[in-house]
Amino acid sequence: MENKPAMAGWAFVVFIGIIVLLTPVIAPYSYEEQNLEEQYQGPSLKHWMGTDSKGRDLMTRVMYGGRISLAVGLAGAAVSLIIGVTYGSIAGFKGGRTDNIMMRAVDILYGLPFIFFVILVMTVVGRSIYVLFIALGAVQWLTMARIVRGQTIMLKEREFVEAARALGASNARIIVYHLLPNLIGPIIVYATLTIPSVMLEEAFLSFLGLGVQPPASSWGSLAADGMIHITPVKTDWWLVVFPGMTLAATLFALNLLGDGLRDALET
Amino acid sequence: MAIVLLIIATASFFLMRFAPGGPFDKERTLPEAIEKNLRAKYHLDRPLAVQYIIYMGGLIRGDLGPSFKYRNRSVNTIIAQSFPISLTLGIYALSLAFIVGVSAGTFAAVNKHSALDYTTMSITLLGISLPNFFLGLILLLLFCFELPLFPAAGWGRPGQMVLPILTLAAPFTAYIARLMRASMLDVLSQPYIRTARAKGLSEFQVVSRHALKNAITPIVSFMGPAAAAVLTGSIVIEKIFAIPGLGTHFVNAALNRDYTLVMGTVLLYSFLLVLFNLAVDIAYSFIDPRVRL
Repeated sequence: MENKPAMAGWAFVVFIGIIVLLTPVIAPYSYEEQNLEEQYQGPSLKHWMGTDSKGRDLMTRVMYGGRISLAVGLAGAAVSLIIGVTYGSIAGFKGGRTDNIMMRAVDILYGLPFIFFVILVMTVVGRSIYVLFIALGAVQWLTMARIVRGQTIMLKEREFVEAARALGASNARIIVYHLLPNLIGPIIVYATLTIPSVMLEEAFLSFLGLGVQPPASSWGSLAADGMIHITPVKTDWWLVVFPGMTLAATLFALNLLGDGLRDALET
Repeated sequence: MAIVLLIIATASFFLMRFAPGGPFDKERTLPEAIEKNLRAKYHLDRPLAVQYIIYMGGLIRGDLGPSFKYRNRSVNTIIAQSFPISLTLGIYALSLAFIVGVSAGTFAAVNKHSALDYTTMSITLLGISLPNFFLGLILLLLFCFELPLFPAAGWGRPGQMVLPILTLAAPFTAYIARLMRASMLDVLSQPYIRTARAKGLSEFQVVSRHALKNAITPIVSFMGPAAAAVLTGSIVIEKIFAIPGLGTHFVNAALNRDYTLVMGTVLLYSFLLVLFNLAVDIAYSFIDPRVRL
């Protein structure tokens, strides 16, 4: 716990988490409330982050947007965790040819522009937020699979696995009850590092209009909405800067936290 | 390699065909005869297997088929018009990231724990964390509107190219610099470097002739994933700076459900990446003779 950047990252993540959880209670305005007399106002005491094209309070929208951004990050990380851990532990535990083929497939998938397939899937299946959860998680499992496989290979020759087998435990039981509990450290670290990358991808898609659809909004789609209002005639900078800055700060904090956890685990 | 592309093509073909809703579904229903002719033109009236063979046959000849939305243009023409722009943007950005990243990382490593080192490392940490679109919008606000140094949109003149290339290159420059610093520090601590110093070479010669070649290998292997990320990143950059590249067409195609154009772009990008990864492997064996292809 001496790692100051990681602790700062943790504190910020907790702060954002609390705000996002309490949003319905503490948000200064309601999400949809339009006030057409207060369009395009810059930051002020009344509206800390200004107002948008319909006079809606931007800070309220950023708070609600954070709920979506973080939800996608968490759900995507969870999906990638389930696929990656299952795939990696099976490959590592089976070993031999199964392992070879399975990891060769991972190598090939690594080289592909995965985000394009997410866009392809979103084009075909429709742009729903659940598709987004699954598609983003399905993209991110590769690293997790590699790490879990490597650790499983190291662990599976140890005596406690042999002991379990001697007692007649099935392969599935050995993996779930004996190997995975020993892998929990690296799994948590990489799940933490997966959250910001999923969030970044969600922001990327939403920014292009291919992710979260209105009336819902995320930090990425808020920034995209704001971009329309940056024109040579007038630059309503707050519409872009605040959603973007919140996203950047949160990603930064999550990365610091993940790096700190990794360092702590490796020493 | 060919098998990978075949799998991608097949998977995306069937994904598209099983999609709910045809490409001609609109609010206004077309007269039956017109719709029938349209379907015939795009071979949609044939059985699925025949459609697949027609599409694959086209692919082998390098024909990606007609666009569903731009009625009179084929996917090939659209790509031929817009792809060179994206390619230029990507190549400039990757080269810039490589050159600046490698030099910054080397300087930071040689002057370890100096003010220069700390400054470089803080800037790069920021560079990695900032989402690309956010950086692009900030640069756009600052240098196109607040301080009108560069034009805000378009492509072709050098002034229009500066900001997009900088934005696209920023995260990779930062990442390469950090990678290079770590790798250079590792190499500089090895015995053969001490030997090189002991025989009286200047520090510049030690670094440039002895250390650089070994330290650069991780960067070369990073270039494969970097190329993939540049392709993705360029979509966002093209949107922010209104550049008429392939990325812009790709997003519009995805929004308009122009299946053939989306699929053609995905196939082209996959093909390029497979090719680029092969090139990286070959480059690797030149730098490190121990690596056999």
